[in-house]
Amino acid sequence: MSAPGKQKDWKNPVMNWIDYRLPIFSFIENSVGSNYPTPRNLNYWWNFGSLAGVVLVIMIVSGIVLAMQYTPHVDYAFDSVERIMRDVNYGWLLRYVHMNGASMFFIVVYIHMFRGMYFGSFKAPRELVWIIGVMLLLAMMATAFMGYVLPWGQMSFWGATVITNLFSAIPLIGESIVTWLWGGFSVDNATLNRFFSLHYLLPFVIFGLVFLHLWALHVHRSGNPLGVDPKTEGDTIPFHPYYTVKDAFGLGLFMIVFLGFVFFAPDFFGEPDNYIEANPLVTPAHIVPEWYFLPFYAILRAITFDIFIIPAKLGGVLAMFASVSILAILPWLDRSKVRSARFRPVYKQFFWLFFANCILLGIIGGKPAEGHWIPIGQAATAYYFLHFILIIPLISKFEKPLTPPDSISAAVIKAEPDNGGAS
Amino acid sequence: MTEETSDETANRRDFLTIATSTVGVAGIGLAAWPLVHSMNPAADVLALSSTEIDISSIEVGQSITVVWRGKPVFVRRRTADEISTAANDDSAGLPDPETDANRAAMPEWLILVGICTHLGCIPLGNKTGEIRGDFNGWFCPCHGSHYDTSGRIRKGPAPKNLEVPPYNFIDETTVKIG
Repeated sequence: MSAPGKQKDWKNPVMNWIDYRLPIFSFIENSVGSNYPTPRNLNYWWNFGSLAGVVLVIMIVSGIVLAMQYTPHVDYAFDSVERIMRDVNYGWLLRYVHMNGASMFFIVVYIHMFRGMYFGSFKAPRELVWIIGVMLLLAMMATAFMGYVLPWGQMSFWGATVITNLFSAIPLIGESIVTWLWGGFSVDNATLNRFFSLHYLLPFVIFGLVFLHLWALHVHRSGNPLGVDPKTEGDTIPFHPYYTVKDAFGLGLFMIVFLGFVFFAPDFFGEPDNYIEANPLVTPAHIVPEWYFLPFYAILRAITFDIFIIPAKLGGVLAMFASVSILAILPWLDRSKVRSARFRPVYKQFFWLFFANCILLGIIGGKPAEGHWIPIGQAATAYYFLHFILIIPLISKFEKPLTPPDSISAAVIKAEPDNGGAS
Repeated sequence: MTEETSDETANRRDFLTIATSTVGVAGIGLAAWPLVHSMNPAADVLALSSTEIDISSIEVGQSITVVWRGKPVFVRRRTADEISTAANDDSAGLPDPETDANRAAMPEWLILVGICTHLGCIPLGNKTGEIRGDFNGWFCPCHGSHYDTSGRIRKGPAPKNLEVPPYNFIDETTVKIG
């Protein structure tokens, strides 16, 4: 969004008049228009950033209308959600879009993140784009967690109880912090009210972070699957119409999947227990978080032993928070000069191992913590951290990467010695 | 102007800048406190912080669950067997050592906050027919913590014994919790 200050001469005199005083049309033109040069070789993995933006807008719009019908009170919350489902015009549609939209948001963002890890999008000079992305993930997790509490079902209540109790693991001040978070001595009306308030606030924080994410991105512009910087004009094409069309096509495919769930399997990602109203005196036999938290939940439960002076409970909490925050220092753990895994034969294999390990952690997170699942979860957790603190630094030190092409167009037009000017 | 005076001016300005910023930061801190403190339990929540219960109908070996501060409280009238097991286990290897006499002022009555000290689930074992775990007390189904007949943690991830709330017996049949 750091537009090169050029102002275009618009055909429409009104647009010209406005643009001279508030260069909003030039800003759009320079950010997502024909004056934003984009690498010509972006593949479909580059669709997921704009998809995440579209899902954010869908969530905000559907959330605003849902909030008009929802009552954040322990006596009415569950019933008001049932009323949305049965009595409010199209209420079922709005709620199912919002529910499944949360799952879609995480799918899209997780793919977006794995894209960044595979193609080295987090590397210089885009470290801040990546770090702001990690902050976005944290803000999304907080928003999703609090949103899940609002329907006040059994999983809402007990999920909120377990997660807020994590803070009681903090030495000395933990209990006071939990009381402060609750506004009482248990998850109750005060808690529900503040979660509603924050659930409405945080999407706008996310929106602000997205603005920073894009601002930082537009300074050095998008990376690309080859990981080499565009050198000549022939290496780039204008964002509009080429990538607006490509993004729109991807959006169409995505909406088929998204609405497929909304209309044909709306509760696919949900837990049946959440259709039972919250009861503070009965814990469900098997508490599981939403699927997008399962890998982190597995890491939380993997620490069943004291680590020196750190008790097991605090250790689990620290490991869970560390599993997200370690992503922020990835640009300094991976010192390889080559960005794209296409030219990193060793890293490529370990990337897929890491990916498989994340899926495994997700499976473990959904199983009861007993029997052989405990050692498997501990091994997978250990591997998760080893990947970052040992494997990645060692690979970037010892791997012999292949030589990337000189430029984006050189990779395509091998016959021509001059690598510019092709279009 | 000599160099000395300009230095002096700079110093005076530095002082004013630092003093103004300090007062500003302190002021913002003071102004933030009402916002933070408003999220702590309100007066009406605190007003509900004690509750009186009638225990005359509980038979030996029975337990009831009452609500105190929005939390379940287990009241168990223990059998002679349960009391002696609990007292004998005082010297067993306890993760959170406490004697049974300290936890139950009147040995027959064991009063506990019914919340697992791991992550806040409600342990099973207070109703007849529920599993009571390996130590015949309570068992938390969430992550598998076992508590004994004194509500002490014996096995599993919970770090502490079930909490004993403040309580006193007003008369033979009434106990006030909180």
